[in-house]
Amino acid sequence: MEATEGQQHPIKIYLWIWFLLFVLSTLSYLVDVLGFQGLLRWSLILTFMFLKAGFIIAIFMHMAWERLALACAILGPPALLLVLIGMMVLEAEYIFSTRLLFFAS
Amino acid sequence: MTETVIANPAGTLLAEGLPGIVEDWSADKQTFQVHWGKAMMWIFLLSDTFIFSCFLTSYMSVRATTTVPWPNPSEVFALTLFGQHMPLILIAIMTFIRISSRGTMAMAVNFGYRKDRKTTALLILATAAFGASFVGMQAFEWTKLIEEGVRPWGNPMGAAQFGSCFFMITGFHGAHVSIGVIYLCTVAFKVYRGDFEKSGYAAVEIAGLYWHFVDLVWVFIFALFYLW
Repeated sequence: MEATEGQQHPIKIYLWIWFLLFVLSTLSYLVDVLGFQGLLRWSLILTFMFLKAGFIIAIFMHMAWERLALACAILGPPALLLVLIGMMVLEAEYIFSTRLLFFAS
Repeated sequence: MTETVIANPAGTLLAEGLPGIVEDWSADKQTFQVHWGKAMMWIFLLSDTFIFSCFLTSYMSVRATTTVPWPNPSEVFALTLFGQHMPLILIAIMTFIRISSRGTMAMAVNFGYRKDRKTTALLILATAAFGASFVGMQAFEWTKLIEEGVRPWGNPMGAAQFGSCFFMITGFHGAHVSIGVIYLCTVAFKVYRGDFEKSGYAAVEIAGLYWHFVDLVWVFIFALFYLW
């Protein structure tokens, strides 16, 4: 193995991921065009979103090839956002219920 | 695939996996075995992640708490093209422009490390051009919505919070893209002039990181704001 400067990978892999992102974007647009609703709609939206985000971070931003120390330092902290989102969901449900109670009239 | 092998000054290879983490953090020296600019860009992007997450979380909160129906984005962003009513078409075009710029940027990073200056500069300029057209379409979108009476404090289609979320989130993203276009143009110029022949082409990869991040944010905005 040769020691190389920075991240160097065959162009083929970029082209593949590029193509895949086109497909995924088309699929997520189709979710809207075909008018899926409810559980199916948001599970599909989230699946495509996380797939696209994962490919961009792993391949285009080279995170898949970085050392684990960097990957953990960068990708770990955003996991805390789940706590914020969770708390805001609970809070929002409470506010919504009080608004229904007092704004209903 | 070329593996990046990093050796410490003693010449021994660094451990991989969990022992690697322990070794990197406890070695009493530089923790991240990358170009310093790259580590700093990653840390900046991490802070930016929190900014955009706060916007998207607050958008979630106001949308979940309003008792007034939320405007249907599929209809708000519809256009009539060639006599046909197309839901969300403008956003779809913008998304595809974004994807195109992803590819050209990734290729630029690759050609940069091959020291192919002309191709690299051209690819970066192509990326910047895609970015500029994206901002242009966003300006068109804003104009259209403002003409339809969408304001940060209210709109004719439904919940008042729609406008404030829309202008705040897409505005911040558009500002990031605009700054990215300027950033890319300066990097392209420096590549063409040969500034990186001595200092190395990590600068192109770092610019690429910023660009891909802005793109990543769009993935989340597209899914959560426009499609939801």
